[in-house]
Amino acid sequence: MEVFINLLVNGVSTGLLIFLLAAGLTLIFGLMSVLNFAHGGLFVWGAFSGAWIYKETNSFLLAIVGAIVIGMALGWVLERFLIRPVYGNHVRQLLITLGGMLVLSESIKIFWGPNPIRVNLPGWLEGSYQFDGIIIIKYRVFVIVVGLLLYLALWLLLSRTQIGLMIRAGVMDKEMVQALGINVKGLFTFVFLLGAALAALGGALLAPYSGVVFAEMGMQYAILAFIVVIIGGMGSLQGSALASLIVGVAGAFMAYYIPDLSLALNMLLLAIVLLVKPTGLMGEKGSAV
Amino acid sequence: MSLLKLDNLETYLGQYHILQGVSMSVEEGSITVLFGRNGAGKTTTLRSIMGFNPSTTGSVHYNNQRISGISTHLISRKGIGYVPENQGIFSALTVEETLNLAKAKSKGETEEKMEWMLELFPDLKKFWRKKSGLLSGGQKQMLAIARAYINGDGLLLIDEPSKGLSPIMVEKLMESILKMKEKTTILLVEQNFLMASEIGDYFYIMDDGKIVHKGLMQDLKEDKATCQKYLGIA
Repeated sequence: MEVFINLLVNGVSTGLLIFLLAAGLTLIFGLMSVLNFAHGGLFVWGAFSGAWIYKETNSFLLAIVGAIVIGMALGWVLERFLIRPVYGNHVRQLLITLGGMLVLSESIKIFWGPNPIRVNLPGWLEGSYQFDGIIIIKYRVFVIVVGLLLYLALWLLLSRTQIGLMIRAGVMDKEMVQALGINVKGLFTFVFLLGAALAALGGALLAPYSGVVFAEMGMQYAILAFIVVIIGGMGSLQGSALASLIVGVAGAFMAYYIPDLSLALNMLLLAIVLLVKPTGLMGEKGSAV
Repeated sequence: MSLLKLDNLETYLGQYHILQGVSMSVEEGSITVLFGRNGAGKTTTLRSIMGFNPSTTGSVHYNNQRISGISTHLISRKGIGYVPENQGIFSALTVEETLNLAKAKSKGETEEKMEWMLELFPDLKKFWRKKSGLLSGGQKQMLAIARAYINGDGLLLIDEPSKGLSPIMVEKLMESILKMKEKTTILLVEQNFLMASEIGDYFYIMDDGKIVHKGLMQDLKEDKATCQKYLGIA
């Protein structure tokens, strides 16, 4: 039982970190039809800048805010100069965002060098809770709380606000949204910046979680996020949340019980879902929430 | 007075030269019907007005302001409501959400317009919380028209509203469009001559990307030869 609960907590917290990356990706794909491989670059920049700001200021809150601001600034540059010229062309998007991903990852080395850097947990999040042999690490609980709050905030944004209504409509029919007088380009930029902020936040939260960050981790997590987005259904926020939890929890259990299969697990899950429901678990054209 | 004026529009879709010098005008307070066979360029005309398929030459003026060459959302904000051929329904949004979205950038008395639309199309009130994708074909068309009317402010472009609907529904819809003429100007694209000729004031006929006939609807109804030649009506 103890093992089960520990694995579950680990899986849920990892899943929610993946969700932060996948949420932005799914909204960007759903609204803008953009396959953004550079998303992982924003994640890794969030991780490094968050770790660096924390080391310099010793303020975890400042580190989180700083990482989000840097992620959004980089996101703005990406959207404005790399992605805007290739809207509607998936092949070019793939090539240019893959290039963007490499540039973002490599440029990390200019600022922080080629070696992985160690990241410490903030003092107030060190340690663990213990109940009858069950040990739950405080930071994982923190990640779960933040992840759930962000999911709730995103859900409220999409389902209860005017801009959310515009985004959901835009996912279904961009032309018609324009015909209603709504500036879709502005909406694209907003969604892209939101996605960039979530990716950078995910990176900043992951850094103390894994204890070490390295420049190549962006691609690793971007692929994971793409798998989650496809399993959940492209464009569906709820689908991404569900798929993130499935991937996170299944990964934790598999790594414990059948470690040899843990690397293949995500691909296996992806294949099963695509065979059974090719639109993904909650993928239905036009449902962003 | 002409509310909308198209002057010598030339529009290409890829390598195809679709509109070949289209000139027409829509009088304020009227229903003007654009007839033509499939592929004549009717839908492209509306899409060029809205800026989806911008013309390479020529101009569009609305309310004496040039609107060709500007973005679709800015054209819409001038007060032009648009109902596309496929209705453009946001299937996962409810009727309420769809009409609220239409109010977002609308000018004028949006609440008044909303109330009138619900009076004109009571089904929308009945299915207020229902997902738009679950409505019947006729109800979707009502929703698309109501959305465009609430969003617009002076001109409605409606693309083949009778398409795929039962004769009873078509009749009902046309009665509603006729009532809407009291409050807005309408440019209607139609292939259903019998129905559109009952409500239209003026007509244009397109063929191969050109306007080949225009005039008063009353005159067209009596011109059997033109009806036979371009519209296949005996």
